[in-house]
Amino acid sequence: MTGLAILGVLSSALFSGASLLYATLGETINQRAGIVNLGLEGVLLISGATGIAVTSLTGNPYLGILAAVIAGGLTNIILAFLVVTRRGNQLASGLALMFFGFGVSALIGRAFVGLKINGLPRIVVPGLSNLPTRYVSLLQFDILIYLAIPVAVFVWWLLFRTRWGLGVRAVGENSDTAFASGRNPHWIKYQALIAGGMLAGLGAAHLTIAYTLNWSEFMTGGRGFIAIALVIFSKWNPIRAIAGALLFSGAVAFQLLLQASGVNVSPFLLDTLPYLLTILVLMLWGGSRKYAAPASLGRVYMGTE
Amino acid sequence: MSTSSASSRRSSASVQILSGAVGRYVSMLVLALVIFGIIIWISGRNPIVSYRELFGSTLGSWRGFSEVLVAMTPMLLTALAVAIPSRIGLINVGGEGQLYMGAAAATWGALTFSEAPAWILLPLMAALGMLGGALWALVPGLLRATGLVNETITTLLLNAVAPLLVAFLVFGSWHSPMDTNRTPTFVEAARLPTLPGTRIDLGLLIGILLLAAFWLFMRYTRWGLEMRAIGGNPEAAQRNGVPVKIYIVAVLCVGGAIAGMAGMSQVSGYYGVLLTGFSRGIGFLGFLISWLSFGNPVGIFLTSFMVAVIITGGSMLQLTTALPYAVINILLAMALFVVLAGINIFPRRSTG
Amino acid sequence: MPDPQTTEAQTSPLISLRGISKSFGDIKANHGIDLDIHASRVLALLGENGAGKSTLVKILYGFYRADSGVIEYRGEPVSIKSPQDARELGIGMVFQNFSLIPAFTVAENMALFFRDLGRVMNLKQISGRIESISERYNLEVDPSALVMDLSVGDRQKAEILKLLLSEARVLILDEPTRVLAPHEIEALFKVLDNLRSDGFAIILITHKMKEVMDIADHIVVLRSGQVAGSLSVAQASEKKLIEMMFSRPVTEFQSIDHPKAEPGVALLELKQVSTPAEGTRMSLKEINLDVHAGEIVGITGVSGNGQTELADLVLGRLPAEGGSIHLAGKDATDYSIRKVRREGVAFIPESPMAMAVAPYMTVLENMVVPQIERYARNGGFTIDWDAIQQDCTASMDRLDITLPLYSTARSLSGGNLQRMVITRELAHQPSLIIASYLTSGLDVRSAIAAREALVQARARGAGVLLFSDDLNELFSLSDRLIVLHEGRIRGQFLPSETSFEEIGYLMTGSEASDEH
Repeated sequence: MTGLAILGVLSSALFSGASLLYATLGETINQRAGIVNLGLEGVLLISGATGIAVTSLTGNPYLGILAAVIAGGLTNIILAFLVVTRRGNQLASGLALMFFGFGVSALIGRAFVGLKINGLPRIVVPGLSNLPTRYVSLLQFDILIYLAIPVAVFVWWLLFRTRWGLGVRAVGENSDTAFASGRNPHWIKYQALIAGGMLAGLGAAHLTIAYTLNWSEFMTGGRGFIAIALVIFSKWNPIRAIAGALLFSGAVAFQLLLQASGVNVSPFLLDTLPYLLTILVLMLWGGSRKYAAPASLGRVYMGTE
Repeated sequence: MSTSSASSRRSSASVQILSGAVGRYVSMLVLALVIFGIIIWISGRNPIVSYRELFGSTLGSWRGFSEVLVAMTPMLLTALAVAIPSRIGLINVGGEGQLYMGAAAATWGALTFSEAPAWILLPLMAALGMLGGALWALVPGLLRATGLVNETITTLLLNAVAPLLVAFLVFGSWHSPMDTNRTPTFVEAARLPTLPGTRIDLGLLIGILLLAAFWLFMRYTRWGLEMRAIGGNPEAAQRNGVPVKIYIVAVLCVGGAIAGMAGMSQVSGYYGVLLTGFSRGIGFLGFLISWLSFGNPVGIFLTSFMVAVIITGGSMLQLTTALPYAVINILLAMALFVVLAGINIFPRRSTG
Repeated sequence: MPDPQTTEAQTSPLISLRGISKSFGDIKANHGIDLDIHASRVLALLGENGAGKSTLVKILYGFYRADSGVIEYRGEPVSIKSPQDARELGIGMVFQNFSLIPAFTVAENMALFFRDLGRVMNLKQISGRIESISERYNLEVDPSALVMDLSVGDRQKAEILKLLLSEARVLILDEPTRVLAPHEIEALFKVLDNLRSDGFAIILITHKMKEVMDIADHIVVLRSGQVAGSLSVAQASEKKLIEMMFSRPVTEFQSIDHPKAEPGVALLELKQVSTPAEGTRMSLKEINLDVHAGEIVGITGVSGNGQTELADLVLGRLPAEGGSIHLAGKDATDYSIRKVRREGVAFIPESPMAMAVAPYMTVLENMVVPQIERYARNGGFTIDWDAIQQDCTASMDRLDITLPLYSTARSLSGGNLQRMVITRELAHQPSLIIASYLTSGLDVRSAIAAREALVQARARGAGVLLFSDDLNELFSLSDRLIVLHEGRIRGQFLPSETSFEEIGYLMTGSEASDEH
């Protein structure tokens, strides 16, 4: 196991994990407000397709990122309308949004299938540009990767150290209490969903504009559901999500490492780890109240909200 | 109290519910068609022409109609897989995963016993399919019954695990010599018989029979009564002696078994081979169908039919408008949005 | 403690209620009540279950509107239409189902309600504010502790803290000591003392005589929705208070003529059974109880002292921790609920809608569920609806009750639901009947019929365990009377050899008087 190989794993994990982390952060904000978005996959697809489209048309990846972020926010507004204003069932609305995402992303992306775009430039980790080329090539990351952890910390700060975050979490625990404190739960849920959607858009943008640099149908490959699992696994805490995202996306990279040392594990089995770990962790927490979901979210899962 | 007045009151209540449901469906369709039509128009095609082709191809010809029934088959079953647990208040979003596991189990049977005659092999595969699906729902059921984890989360997570397991099996040891992402084609004996001239397989009949059985079961048997009691008030049911925990596990497994059956019918009837990633949301569609029809068997039948029309028409749309097949999902989603938003063109006198 | 005589004479009331009346349907919960609330004074509101204390306080807090009467604040009439109005007048209520968010810290819960919370939360500042108030009144709680981790006593402190931080001046506490340990009660009283000295007005709803004498300045006793007495603590004594709470003229007894047969075999025996406490659940401690054929055993006590738990224990819903349960001689300690019912035990639970009935099924279908084994045919594939209908009709005739069998249970009134449950449970001549608050929600005629049904059951040899808080009912029906207090059996009596007052003493945790 050479240093190069380890570096390769880390590099790969970071590239793959950044988009996952952003999506997870967005979904964390949603779920903290008491809303689960089963259509996250669809949101990611729409944002990703929009990002590619705008990048391809303008040649400017930064505009593409902006477009993806806006697309994500707008798509989540649909969910907000259905779930908050019309009081629709969260699970069904999320799934409907997922199918919507399948369709809209295909529509937007059809003109861009197979086209290569100007991706985000990659910058070497500051201070390490003097290393031999084969190392340096693994240490070049785009700006969204550099920003991933700071953004996670920012989201943590937003949720736990600001008045807005307190309100969001209060709504997610008990809307009545939040209302009694003079807040408007409906409006807060909208805000949370828009913010969450924008972060999801950022994640999708990274996936298409910085990582794969192209578009194909269904290219998010289940990341939406991985993100939902990761939100639960990290106990709705943005800081823990960082570690979780590295762990989850490191799985495939880890497989390459194992292969290099002669151990052959199927990548498919490794890909199941995020989900199995989440289930395991849920079983261990059991009925423990400390690790319970935000209270109104729990009621969604029970079918009573 | 005379029974005739009681029964006439009951039937007028059902008429009201029925007309409410019809109003719902019609407004759902109309609004969705309008919005989707706008989308088609924006992408440069004539909506009227497109719709004419969509409906003409599906409902206008026997061939098209048969394709609708083919598409409908797995969704009937996955919807039932959600509807049955929903009667006792359980949320089964795991149809997708249970479908895959049922398909995998049935495939194992097909590959291992390929020498056996059809009248042994097919029932065996059906049993294996149901077993696979049931086992996939067992852990969620146990975790819910013991109060550890909600079945909504566990079935959702296992959904993602199942296709990966299938991929592992197919890429690993099951794949055919020529393609790594599929098994060898099943032998004739492992194929569900189809209606001659069409691709409609026995799965459709099985689905319809199961729907009917479900309806009879809930209405006439003691277990149906106990299930309804649990669904109505779980605490009261428990206090009245109903063994709720046992029902939770059993019913979720039954749901899984039926989704597993859907998986079996897909690989044995429709495809004749196990492909990785063969289902693009059939399980989720089942959830939506069951939810839209409130778990009612007749509603499931009608809603599956309508969704099948939309989906089948979608492949026709792909050919004529050069829009990718996936775009049809927009029409589907629009229809769902309309219902979820509670929009109704016909204002109803009573609140639903 | 300030001299009550001079305090009462000098200050004018902060809030006065005059002529407050409130009815719920036929039931007159409050009838012409006058009440004065003064600053720097603890007012104890005393009365047995159903006397109207809760209703009165909810009117004050804006949950209900009185049908008639006036509320005055500092001499000016005010209208309290909602809890918001009450809060603006500085009236705060400490709830039993606490209003704090369990997953938040104490500080976060408080901060949620700060009107001047900064965009970025300054945790130090928030903690500082909390600590200064909590120190002042001995309400020490760790601001960084999660509410779910707090003991019940500390949670209550946090609740009070929240009210203080929102500038309430009138504090209403409804049975605050019900779930507190003795040292926590002491701590609470220290807090109340501090608050009183600082000018707060405190209303304490309680049953506990000792507490009343310890902390209250003034006592108002309610009985049957009316003020039965209003006196300063100096004028009060436990005996006087209990008399006011429970006295009945002897003629109010409805004595139902019943032949006093010799009690037969023991149908139910509880031997040294205990159950653990959990959350708000009371623990049962070493219960010894038996019910024989041909007798009615009445259990009384202030609600929340273990009645629900005891009924659930016999049902098989609550596992026993130590001790054993026997049904007709058989060890039934680990029986499932179905098995217990199979032994011929019937249950009439305390809230039919929540505990006994599936709202969307018809009355007839609801009748079947507990007895489904009896009516399943063909291995369970069919149900013998004809037999069910026959049995139900027969039971209804016997009890002189009519019910619409094909309507959904949801459409029934509360009284009809109770009647449905009674009909169902008594349909198959159970040998043991556990009835919780049998006649709650029933009109007089139905209540009499329900009691008569129990008497009939006894006459044919059944045993009955009757939980009730209606002392009239218990005295006239029971062959033996038991008092439950804080999960323990305190005394067993023959109704003819005891009195309301004596039972009242035990119910409220006072020492039994020397009279018996």
